[in-house]
Amino acid sequence: MKTLMLSGVAGLAFVATGALAQVDQDAPQGGEMVVTYQDDVATLDPAIGYDWQNWSMIKSLFDGLMGYEPGTTTLRNELAESREVSADGMVHTFTLKDGIMFHNGREIVAEDVKYSLERVTNPATRSPGAGFFSMIEGFETWSAGEGEGLSGVEVIDDKTVQITLSRPDATFDHVLALNFASIVPREAVEASGEDFGREPVGSGAFRLAEWTPGQRVVFERFEDYHRAGVPKLDQVTFNIGLDPTVALLQLRSGSADVPGDGIPPAQFLQVVEDPDYEDQIVEGGQLQTGYITMNTQMEPFDDVNVRRAINMAINKDRIVQMINNRAVPANQPLPPTMPGYADGYEGYPYDPEAARQMLADAGFADGFETELYVMNVDPNPRIAQAIQQDLRQIGVNAEIRSLAQSNVIAAGGEPDQAPMIWSGGMAWIADFPDPSNFYGPILGCAGATQGGWNWAWYCNEEIDRRAAEADAMVGQPEAREEAWRQIYLDIMEDAPWVPVFNEQRFTLHSDRVAGDDSLFVDPVHIPVNYDYIYSTAAQ
Amino acid sequence: MTSYILRRLLESALILLGITFITFVLLYLVPADPARQIAGRSATAETVANIREQLGLNDPIFVQYWRYLSGLFQGDMGRSYLQRAEVATLIAARLPASLLLMVSAIVTELVIGLTIGVVAALRRNRPADHSLMIFSFVAISAPQFVIGILLLYVFAVQLGWFPIGGYGTFAHLVLPSITLGLLGAGWYSRMMRSSMIDVLNQDLVRTARAKGLSKLRIITRHVMPNAILPIIAMIGIDIGLFMSGIVVVESVFGWPGIGQLAWQAIQRIDIPVIMGVTMVSATAIVMGNLLADLVVPLIDPRIKTK
Repeated sequence: MKTLMLSGVAGLAFVATGALAQVDQDAPQGGEMVVTYQDDVATLDPAIGYDWQNWSMIKSLFDGLMGYEPGTTTLRNELAESREVSADGMVHTFTLKDGIMFHNGREIVAEDVKYSLERVTNPATRSPGAGFFSMIEGFETWSAGEGEGLSGVEVIDDKTVQITLSRPDATFDHVLALNFASIVPREAVEASGEDFGREPVGSGAFRLAEWTPGQRVVFERFEDYHRAGVPKLDQVTFNIGLDPTVALLQLRSGSADVPGDGIPPAQFLQVVEDPDYEDQIVEGGQLQTGYITMNTQMEPFDDVNVRRAINMAINKDRIVQMINNRAVPANQPLPPTMPGYADGYEGYPYDPEAARQMLADAGFADGFETELYVMNVDPNPRIAQAIQQDLRQIGVNAEIRSLAQSNVIAAGGEPDQAPMIWSGGMAWIADFPDPSNFYGPILGCAGATQGGWNWAWYCNEEIDRRAAEADAMVGQPEAREEAWRQIYLDIMEDAPWVPVFNEQRFTLHSDRVAGDDSLFVDPVHIPVNYDYIYSTAAQ
Repeated sequence: MTSYILRRLLESALILLGITFITFVLLYLVPADPARQIAGRSATAETVANIREQLGLNDPIFVQYWRYLSGLFQGDMGRSYLQRAEVATLIAARLPASLLLMVSAIVTELVIGLTIGVVAALRRNRPADHSLMIFSFVAISAPQFVIGILLLYVFAVQLGWFPIGGYGTFAHLVLPSITLGLLGAGWYSRMMRSSMIDVLNQDLVRTARAKGLSKLRIITRHVMPNAILPIIAMIGIDIGLFMSGIVVVESVFGWPGIGQLAWQAIQRIDIPVIMGVTMVSATAIVMGNLLADLVVPLIDPRIKTK
């Protein structure tokens, strides 16, 4: 078997714009930081945690085989010292670093990798991330509750683990960098059982020191961390339960350093225009797109000309203005920072006159009645109203259905319930920085099922085939990126969505903590990369 | 008396049973699938089906309800779908904070409400009365969220007298208690005022005055005990009001109570947690009403327990 030796993973990784970040890896250690959050932490179990708040916390407590350069979307080895990939991309052999420790003091061995991957894919774990691992050989039977584990994961010796795939998959490295692929110690998981999420033991830069429900979570430095000089801070305290408005008051008075929930929309203008905060506000892109879905299997949206007309009727600039420019207008599914984004693409122009004409040509000279579903949390109902007004301009009367998040998601998962949905507050932020992540569940045929996330019920089998081909293009990043670019441009021809905007993240930090801006709006360690931020008081 | 208490306890138990049933059915009818919430966006249909099966969500509602009830009678409130922790543990960790806040809010509302009511009644139709009644009107009408932020801004940020939210010391307790108690204080001041005025016009006051008692003595010994009666009955009912108030107040002040827990559980359809919090608050309300009914006859022998 011919193997392709790679010293790192840079050869496979996409270079995203975030890769330009200048993170000071030699910043001094010491000091502490206080971060506020409104919601209590649901769980710190890496197989289970899957929300905006615990994502980055888990990244600080746990490590997987792969990870990302801080502040960027560039892959790097984490617990793996090196790895080999077979020429066909099917067999990945990882060698673990020497002397890597769990927080409980035990050295990590290859058996832990196997245990962790089998745990997350075991149906009894009920992990929301199990599906990501479907390319590993033996996944089908194991995830159905049969067999003795993942046959594709094989322990060669204490330092070596070999993972065999059932299909070539260029996203495999990103999947191994997901929280769900974190390495956990079997003895700690078995001792805690269902409570492992409250008593997490990992190998990350921080270890859990205290958790008082509803009040406080404290991380302290893990002295035996495998990267020298990391983490920068001795301690990170999360103050839980504070309304974002109150969190800002704490920041102003000096008792908090970073508002984890960001700047609340209601205070946005007040904060960005305050000269006191001028140097402390950080803006960053995120791998997010806000879009309107049109159910391609319901009349009249089964007519592609109607969908194109709607695309030309929405005044995106006005919507962006309405939310105080906390976003940039979008013209395609992918956000600009995602590899595969089509730079030169103009998209559908805003032209209500032409849109009206198109509707008339499609047989809807008098417009039609429809419904627009939206999540009932500000600013989404306001955005829905703007969309409603735009639609009225071309004779379409959309009734707004403003519901709780879970109800909108449920409506979108029914084949014939929601003709239009504004995705704000629900979808879609990428799980990992790869163009494929914007396809499968939300635009692919697989997602167009009862209870799925493809709310446009868009299924183009030709594009599905090309997507599968693109994901099989291992080791040829440029060609693969181009293939995905073309896929999304062709999807825009079918116009199942109106891409509306890509949200920007705005946050701020006190002058007691510092670090490259990218750490405070890290595209992967969402929302904040706790490991590399340092204290200005540290020597 | 004993049989009365027993009967009332039995009634309370039936009410609670009814509440479990209604809540359970309502949660069942919500057009959202808890299994989907757990499974997340990237889950395949098989994953969702597997979760649904494991949690027993495929069973008919009466089977599910029966399973819940039999667990409850054995002291098992189930595990949170999302946090995976025991619901009883989650609630137990937060109940003391909510109870502390509630008791302290009751004290606050009584002290502020009764003081204002008495002063207003004695200064009836004078400027002091008018301004106090305007104050109580504002206290009743202002949203607790606004009051909380306002108090925080003035007393914690500007004056620095109290910490900006959080939990732990007496200083942390002051602003949340006032925020939560102010609404009740508004009601009580108005009730106390009219109740006092009623009593002041009664014969017993004239008799006392004729006996030559001092004004202070008349008010403290004769008027206030009579005037306070309707208010005692109200405190029990108040607990229901507090249960909705703490959701808001706890979120403003970062108070680690069950209101916060309930709010997050509702967002994510975490049925076992919603059921647990509903049960605990319903029990508190039912018990509060029961206590009020039992205490009133002790203070006023004219009201008989039957």
